[in-house]
Amino acid sequence: MHAHREFIAAFDASLKGATLPPGVTACAPDETERRFAVYRNNVASSLTEALARRYPVIQRLVGAEFFAAMARLYAEAKRPRSPVLLEWGDSFPDFLAGFPPLQTYPYMADVAAIEFARGVAFHAADAPPAAPEVFASADPSRLRLRLHPSVQVLRLTSPAVSIWTLNQPGSAPAPLTQTQPEIALILRDRAFNVPVFAISAGDAALIEQLGQGATLMAAAEMAHWAEPQHDPQPLVLRLIQSGAILDAMETPECAPKSAL
Amino acid sequence: MGDTMQGLPNRAGLGFKPEHFAAIRQSAASVGFFEVHAENYMGAGGLPHAQLAALRADYALSLHGVGLSIGGPGRLNRNHLMRLRTLCDRYEPESFSEHLAWSSHGADYLNDLLPLPYTEETLAIVCDHVDEVQEVLGRRMLLENPSTYVLFEQSTIPEVDFLTEVARRSGCGLLLDVNNVFVSATNHRMDARAYLAAFPLEMVGEVHLGGHDAEELPSGPLLIDAHGTPVAEPVWVLYAEAIARGGPRPTLIEWDNDLPEWPVLLAEAHRAQSMLDHQGGTALARAS
Repeated sequence: MHAHREFIAAFDASLKGATLPPGVTACAPDETERRFAVYRNNVASSLTEALARRYPVIQRLVGAEFFAAMARLYAEAKRPRSPVLLEWGDSFPDFLAGFPPLQTYPYMADVAAIEFARGVAFHAADAPPAAPEVFASADPSRLRLRLHPSVQVLRLTSPAVSIWTLNQPGSAPAPLTQTQPEIALILRDRAFNVPVFAISAGDAALIEQLGQGATLMAAAEMAHWAEPQHDPQPLVLRLIQSGAILDAMETPECAPKSAL
Repeated sequence: MGDTMQGLPNRAGLGFKPEHFAAIRQSAASVGFFEVHAENYMGAGGLPHAQLAALRADYALSLHGVGLSIGGPGRLNRNHLMRLRTLCDRYEPESFSEHLAWSSHGADYLNDLLPLPYTEETLAIVCDHVDEVQEVLGRRMLLENPSTYVLFEQSTIPEVDFLTEVARRSGCGLLLDVNNVFVSATNHRMDARAYLAAFPLEMVGEVHLGGHDAEELPSGPLLIDAHGTPVAEPVWVLYAEAIARGGPRPTLIEWDNDLPEWPVLLAEAHRAQSMLDHQGGTALARAS
């Protein structure tokens, strides 16, 4: 009755191990092992390719051969839990952070975090940006800006934005001049591109505050506290131009409680 | 279950790849339909959906699933089925198809189309699963014959009989992948023509053609369904014979890996289209 369930379990065990599932055969029985190996290879190589599509800069940094070997280990440890592979690989940055051969390359996990966040931004829900007029006459002390779901800020421990930028697949090698840890801003723009910007501590504070629902004025104050010389205008303009601000609502000057 | 056999046009179609989007739009390409893998459009938004919506406005659409694990034991993944329903509701494709294969074990997804023994037990399982898909999606689906590399001693039903019986019991249609027929027949030293002669062509709602890789083993060639090369000549011959006998069918060129430039892909579709046109001509000549 449950023969099929047992068969699938045995087949899966054979994909990971060296045995063959019961009953498997081939027209030339002594080639059964070789023919079954097609399935082992298909599973491993298709997952390696899926991971490489998500982490092309990591693949470039470590080389295709190293990446494939590492991807097989990752796929064995963290198999996909859903047929929607664009969701798979979220724990790869943590895997890299703990991967013994990469312990002398602490920026790898940061670069991987950027690549994963870009995937999230690429597939994030659509949301129409605010019309430019709404910003014209707004009072910053009452203005709340809602951000596009693709907007993410990553506080990194290494100059990973510079490393990511310099190591795009197909680019010529160039020297890294940045040595300080960077903060990444990732968003999806109106043309569906997903740029990565290195932003200042003030910019990061501003976006994080806006994301938590602070008014533009309050967010700018926090940004100023994080970075005394901070000017919020360039960042806000960049967000507007990218279509990353969905709407701008002016909260009522003094809303009587009874009216709420 | 309504009869949706009229779904896709009896023309040549192509698998859509984002790399080709601009070329397709610029040339207003004459293609009978486009097919996409459903799982690639299960993100919330962004470019994939923008492109698919734009294509869908101008072309017939085939949604081809690779992740339902219809040949696996137990219940289908309900979340995945609901994601498919959302996609079907959003894009109203002319056709939805899946594979006679399994790809999940428990909660693990293996990302390959894996083979199953053909027995009374697996026949009942596959029929239940096809019933469930058709019920949830509210439409007739097509089930595709697989490429296989091994056989199972426990199999008691020939693959064609298995597929025919699933279609008969569940009311689903079949997707005839001629390359898969050739690959499996070569790998198992069986006769592809005999397989096609037994195949219920009247149940076929779509045909797939694709390229394969070959490896030489001591006993002969091992073919691998790789979708990274042009359709092989023997597969074209089998295709011509199938449509001469069963009549024209919506025909997809599958090319998923080592993608060529758009004109190369289009030329493959034109070859299939000219065979469909020629077949239509001979059918008319026969009728008059």
